[in-house]
Amino acid sequence: MSAALLEVEDLCVDRGGVRVLEGISFALQPGETLGVVGESGSGKSTLARAVLRLLEPARGSVRWRGRELLTIPERELRAIRREMQIVFQDPANSLDPRMTVAASVAEPLAIHGLARGALLRARVVACLRQVELGPELLDRYPHELSGGQAQRVALARALATGPALLVADEALSALDVSLQAQMANLLRDLRARLSLACLYISHDLRMVAWFCDRIAVLSGGRIVEISDPATLVRDPRHAATRALIAAAIT
Amino acid sequence: MLQVVDLSVRFQTPGGSLLPVRGVSFNLQRGDSLGLIGESGSGKTTVALSLLRLLPRTAEISGRIELSGEELLGLGESELTRIRGARIAMVFHDPLAALNPVLRVGTQIAETVRAHRPASRKDSWAAARDLLRRVGLAAEEADRYPHQLSGGMRQRALIAMALACGPALLVADEPTSALDPVAQVGIVDLLRRLREEGAALLLATHDLGLAARLCDRIAVLYAGRIVERGAAAEVLARPRHPYTLGLLRSLPPPLGSRSDARLQPVAGSVPSPWATLTGCRFRDRCPRAESDCAAAEPDLVESAGSEVACFHPLEAR
Repeated sequence: MSAALLEVEDLCVDRGGVRVLEGISFALQPGETLGVVGESGSGKSTLARAVLRLLEPARGSVRWRGRELLTIPERELRAIRREMQIVFQDPANSLDPRMTVAASVAEPLAIHGLARGALLRARVVACLRQVELGPELLDRYPHELSGGQAQRVALARALATGPALLVADEALSALDVSLQAQMANLLRDLRARLSLACLYISHDLRMVAWFCDRIAVLSGGRIVEISDPATLVRDPRHAATRALIAAAIT
Repeated sequence: MLQVVDLSVRFQTPGGSLLPVRGVSFNLQRGDSLGLIGESGSGKTTVALSLLRLLPRTAEISGRIELSGEELLGLGESELTRIRGARIAMVFHDPLAALNPVLRVGTQIAETVRAHRPASRKDSWAAARDLLRRVGLAAEEADRYPHQLSGGMRQRALIAMALACGPALLVADEPTSALDPVAQVGIVDLLRRLREEGAALLLATHDLGLAARLCDRIAVLYAGRIVERGAAAEVLARPRHPYTLGLLRSLPPPLGSRSDARLQPVAGSVPSPWATLTGCRFRDRCPRAESDCAAAEPDLVESAGSEVACFHPLEAR
């Protein structure tokens, strides 16, 4: 599958001397969304970080458009990072409290040399418009935003560099039901419009089944099952999957 | 057993006066369960905390809160201490924050036991082990520290502590929101069992499914007021208030339904607590709003078996 955007093979991660991810393998095609579900401690967030090389795996391979990320020099990795971005659960922690919305969204554009001067401001406004926020928020600080607005700013920042892969680590979990649905619709629209591939990590199986093309179930640091949502729900093979389905239905 | 009448909470802040709860009334009989449903800022947690007067000192609480005929709002701190834990106990959403990290779980539960009745160390420790067994943990967990337990186990330990003095009413504020879905099922089963054993439950949550599983009745709060109230099954199956319907429609389709349609969220967001609003607080987000919704705020009135605060409610079917 040479057309794959991301290929993960036999990825193992140790933390504090304990193996937390074991033999993880999957491929992600351009524009595809893979959901990752599992109980707390199953390794979901570690997987997100390992794929982005925010932590060093013990073994395995992560290939981005065919290039091995785990051995690539930091300088080249930086260029590739432009294409892979992450949105975390809590925007209050991921946005710098001392930076205005404009500065937060401008930062990745400046770091990757994508815009400067007057053009930079225009690009920032366009990024905000993409997530359905108006220019009136430009000069606000994170504490002056609602939870929903802050998460949209975090998304605007992540999309600023025109990534091909968005990793969403419980990106909707902190939002209220109605805001969650607004944001989920927005993410789905953007994914289609920008041909974004997405690694969507969540404990909300219902949302994952609605949002994702395929679902991987993590349990004890391993992918125990991976398939499309309809098959997974209709014919779960692993006990961990059945437990998650039972929890989502009751 | 519990009667809350016209409860309002006001905070005076440098930026002005905030009213997170306005005129909330409800009753709870022995063994009853009521879910207070709402999104952030709806006032559900403020209501829950005001029952035990756990709000900051700057909170001005008005109305009446009666527990078995005793008015709680007039009580002094020492009298409140007698009630907290003994007659009303609280289960918080984040057990890691609610437990003391440097004390063994058993020590903390034993401490609660001794706070309300004379007991030797040995007896209170034995009571702690019994309580842990009652919430589905091994008695040996008493020797462990909070960080050595999983999230679900910590929440069970916290519930064990809440049960230490056999309270008649459990107030649970998002008791499962910090847990993964599988651990949630365990806590739901436990709370359900405690209900069957006779404890009344007041559950504050944003999770409609959780309320449906645990509560006989639910009250939907919006911007500090109850906008709909009734039997849980009835309200969730046939909501009358447009906001309740909006919340239900915001949820992704049930598992296995194969629906690929866009979700249908309530438009806009909850009004800022600082906003000075008149009329129906929901009207800016409401697809059924008409001119009269701006003129006055609708009262909660009985209509076809449930109560709804809306001038243009959905048809009762």
